[in-house]
Amino acid sequence: MLTLQFVPYTEIEYLSSVGRIRKLLNITKENRIVLLQGRLRKEEETELIKATMEEIDKDFKGIELSVIYPDKKESDLFRKIKRNFVNMLLGDRQGLTIIGPASVVREIKKDPDKIQLLTEDDTKARKRRKS
Amino acid sequence: MANIFEKFIKTFFKNLFRRKKHIKLGLYGPPNAGKTTLANKICEDWLGESMGKVTNIPHETREIQIKEQISIKSGKKEISFNLVDTPGIATKIDYEDFMKFGLTATKAKKRAKEATKGVIDSIRWLDNMDTVVVVLDATKDPYSQVNITIIGNLEARKIPVLIVANKVDLKKAKIKKVQSAFPQYHVVGISAKYGNNIDEFYEGLFKVVG
Ligand SMILES: Nc1nc2c(ncn2[C@@H]2O[C@H](COP(=O)(O)OP(=O)(O)O)[C@@H](O)[C@H]2O)c(=O)[nH]1
Ligand SMILES: [Mg+2]
Repeated sequence: MLTLQFVPYTEIEYLSSVGRIRKLLNITKENRIVLLQGRLRKEEETELIKATMEEIDKDFKGIELSVIYPDKKESDLFRKIKRNFVNMLLGDRQGLTIIGPASVVREIKKDPDKIQLLTEDDTKARKRRKS
Repeated sequence: MANIFEKFIKTFFKNLFRRKKHIKLGLYGPPNAGKTTLANKICEDWLGESMGKVTNIPHETREIQIKEQISIKSGKKEISFNLVDTPGIATKIDYEDFMKFGLTATKAKKRAKEATKGVIDSIRWLDNMDTVVVVLDATKDPYSQVNITIIGNLEARKIPVLIVANKVDLKKAKIKKVQSAFPQYHVVGISAKYGNNIDEFYEGLFKVVG
């Protein structure tokens, strides 16, 4: 019922902004949660929201968006240097963007066991594959 | 003689500057944070009239509202601007949520449709703003991605931002949490509804606009 889809950065790297947004929104509209490696540009985030608004109807209620930033605290010089270095090498590849259909996320919030179910299924599947 | 001339030149340029300066001051933030309540407070304080309708049902403001030529003064300082109240930015709109407030399905669907357009307009208008007040509900988690997206976009456009942590009259309000979420910004805790700390808000405005 609940499906996560991992999208590696290489899959969106060479797409235009419109292409990126289309791809991510299409996955979400299939009721899947996107785990995107890396981040969208700031303007792409607002374009994603705009596109979402244009497509809201009785089945699609919009999205939940969450970005996990890498190593946000710049507490000392060393970390700052490290961060800039990582930035230079990885750029927008850092961090993780999660985009979920609003209705699915709401269901999970109501019943967090659903997430557990998914991870359990996963381990069960792996065990099965092992044996 | 030279003195009078100098004074004339000075006031001439000052006026020229002022007339040119139709600053657009935008109110942004998530739905129900209190943007319109704050817009009304500003208008009541400086124009003696209110601006828009406030209800507890989200997405009451679904169109951009503009109040022109508001001048606020403090001592010798004065700024004037056109105040732009926006519907705000959301990533999801569910008409069934409106039905919980007693709206019929037809009305709720219409409201949802208008609300989606309102969000799109709010995003489009970002580029037109000269200064933005981001109104956040201080009783809610400030780390929501929508807040970060709004502020990040303003930063990318180099638009000066004042962050308001609204609803400080409520016990659950946490100004400090808002402050630590956005450490590089000026954060003012206010109650738009009851006027708490509103002078500090105007002082903050002088700082970001002036
Ligand atoms: N307690 C409290 N409620 C507020 C305050 N400001 C706004 N509200 C309430 O929050 C709700 C939404 O306000 P509104 O101005 O319409 O929010 P907007 O969607 O951001 O324009 C209304 O019920 C207001 O009465 C405040 O400072 N304190
Ligand atoms: Mg409003």
